[in-house]
Amino acid sequence: MSDLSVLYDAPGPRARARNWLYTVLFFALLALVLWWVLSAMADKDQLTADKWRPFVDDSRVWTTYLLPGLLETLKAAALSIGIALPLGAVLGIGRLSEHRWVRIPAGVVVEFFRSIPVLLMMVFANQIYAQSTDIEPEIRPLYAVVTGLVLYNASVIAEIVRSGILSLPLGQSDAAKAIGMRKWQVMCFVLLPQAVTAMLPALVSQLVVIVKDTALGGAMLGFGELLNQHREITANYGANTIATFTVIAVIFILLNLLLTTFASWLEGYIRRGKKTTGAVVHTGATDDMGFDEPLGKH
Amino acid sequence: MFDFLDQYDLWDAFWVTIKLTIYSGIGSLIWGTVLAAMRVSPVPVMRAFGTTYINTVRNTPLTVIMVATSLGLFQTMQIELGGGDSSETGFRLAVLALIAYHACFVCESLRSGINTVPVGQAEAARALGLSFFQVLTLIVLPQAFRSVVAPLANVLIALTKNTTVAAAIGVTEAAALMSTMVENESDVILLVFAVFAFGFICLTLPVGLLLGWVSKRVAVKR
Repeated sequence: MSDLSVLYDAPGPRARARNWLYTVLFFALLALVLWWVLSAMADKDQLTADKWRPFVDDSRVWTTYLLPGLLETLKAAALSIGIALPLGAVLGIGRLSEHRWVRIPAGVVVEFFRSIPVLLMMVFANQIYAQSTDIEPEIRPLYAVVTGLVLYNASVIAEIVRSGILSLPLGQSDAAKAIGMRKWQVMCFVLLPQAVTAMLPALVSQLVVIVKDTALGGAMLGFGELLNQHREITANYGANTIATFTVIAVIFILLNLLLTTFASWLEGYIRRGKKTTGAVVHTGATDDMGFDEPLGKH
Repeated sequence: MFDFLDQYDLWDAFWVTIKLTIYSGIGSLIWGTVLAAMRVSPVPVMRAFGTTYINTVRNTPLTVIMVATSLGLFQTMQIELGGGDSSETGFRLAVLALIAYHACFVCESLRSGINTVPVGQAEAARALGLSFFQVLTLIVLPQAFRSVVAPLANVLIALTKNTTVAAAIGVTEAAALMSTMVENESDVILLVFAVFAFGFICLTLPVGLLLGWVSKRVAVKR
């Protein structure tokens, strides 16, 4: 427990005794729930070794299903961030433009794609590709998933870029203008390099959102990513639904924990290094809860 | 131009979306508050449980949770959440999954709200001789609640958009209807997309504007 808490004073003897009581009660409650869950699973034969063994001693589960699925997930995520990043940067800078005819369209695009669900865009893109392009049906889901993710995440990244630039002190662009830089020079040589450093952690966190959203394509469009592998695994290894979902979830969790840890390490590294004059755009966006307002000053 | 809409019950689909949002919104507010209370409690086991829950569930895709409730909880474990026909059960399972997932974000918003209250406030209150509950209800929570309006509004908006994931387990909400419509009405597919996009903008934009305005009004000036 942190030394200073808004809520609790340092515990005295009575509070300490009470905390012990709570600890014991909570343990009992947890044990009760765990026992209930396990006995319910045992009732339905979900704890038998047969259901779990394939993941340990049959390497084909991994080489045929799980790892290729993970690869598809990573491929879709990498493609999405790769395309969304430049697009988002352009939109974000566009929103800061001095020209109304650039600023307003960029703003409309960003707000539009931010306020509709990714799934809608994926479903729509899938159908459009089916009707009006000759992309092969096997690879179409990947295209649809990437399209949906790019449209949504470009608009989120645009907001990250915008708040990154807005978090820089006004003196930076004033000083750049004072030494005679043009507008694009101010942006390219002074503001963007500093803003990129400030928003790197938020961008890594956005990757977590992208990885999670690829699973939508698996469930709705038949995209062969990690989650989608549950169909074949449960079909081939004796209806081990719970075991399969546990393993898939664990892979997702480990992957995302890795990304989250990297993001917070990066945030600390940048903060210590003072490589930017702006505030570090925080990594609290490790979720799809979005950026409502730019976090800097405006 | 819009006569193709007559064959579909657009309002019904969006009504399911709204119901999903309301039920899981209330549910995740309750479960999120419980989690937040655990995460700031002086009992280490509760804090550990809260942290583990958050780190686990937040890093799992909502789609995985959603499909797991349907295939795992319902079909394998035969937990029906009160019975009824399959569409009712699907709806309840979707609400359960949405609550489990979004409670994490509610919890983190509330916790960050409590963290914005300076320690000096509580110290001053304790120095005045206020009891724990007085400190909590008179000093800390009023200030904390005012700073969590904006983050909670974001969670609500994200929740509204994430209800579409329920289509993955066959709940007949807006995204599921759109999925059928884009296939059947392939000649007006852009129009179909526009209608559904407009529907979701109508659901999310006013909430965002209203709660954004409220959060600015009630924000604690420090």
